[in-house]
Amino acid sequence: MMVPLSWYLIFSAALFCVGLFGVLSRKNAVAILMGIELMLNAVNVNLIAFWRYRSPSFIAGQAFAIIVFAVAASEVAVGLALIISIYRRRNTVVADEIDMMKF
Amino acid sequence: MTPMQIIFILTAAATLSAAVLVVTTRNIIHAALWLIVSLFGVAVFYVLLNAGFFAVVQVVIYIGAIAILFIFAVMLTRRLMSDSGPQSNTNWWLAAVISVLLFVGLIWMLSSWRGVTGEPPVLKSNIDTIGLLGRALVSPDGFVLPFELASVLLVAALIGAIYVAWERK
Repeated sequence: MMVPLSWYLIFSAALFCVGLFGVLSRKNAVAILMGIELMLNAVNVNLIAFWRYRSPSFIAGQAFAIIVFAVAASEVAVGLALIISIYRRRNTVVADEIDMMKF
Repeated sequence: MTPMQIIFILTAAATLSAAVLVVTTRNIIHAALWLIVSLFGVAVFYVLLNAGFFAVVQVVIYIGAIAILFIFAVMLTRRLMSDSGPQSNTNWWLAAVISVLLFVGLIWMLSSWRGVTGEPPVLKSNIDTIGLLGRALVSPDGFVLPFELASVLLVAALIGAIYVAWERK
């Protein structure tokens, strides 16, 4: 008897909601990006679980997860570069205070 | 309860509690370290799902690159956001309500779908998923175009990141 698929789906739903709470409630922009990373991980667990339980001979699920990895890496690189640049110009990382396009 | 289910429950509890600490801890460096614990738990899930390649990639890319990038970013932007003040904005209760509502909605949606129960198909012992994945990513019949697009996206994002973070004199 293996782990049922529903356990993975419930786990990844919980991880996604924890990440969403972090994105919505945190002040620090770096912490907001951490919440986004948790959400992307929840999505990837879902993709791999569906690949394993529904179509293990069809590799598209894994290929999709690889694309999610690449997008997550580029997202975090650009996001952190933006935060560091904002910190240099405005001296803040609080998301509420970053409300001007040009300073 | 099979051993696999016990491992699943322990890993899920560790991963979720680390994730809750990531979004609630005041000290942002500690949040980054808890993020590493949480990502490692997800790597264990990939092992349980017979996706060993993804477990390795998770450790190498997420823990080795992304988490270290987070720690660097926290250290570069630390001085003004002290660890003593509140780290959540005033609407955090609204965020909690939205998250719980989404979770309840997802569980309700899953419980109304009949596909969630049942055993996974048995993997043939001679099936080579890593080889299949590698061939699918470079074969013209497979996913060579999305794969190349993802690599171009990654290069563009990294060049853009260097340009944005460059300190102009």
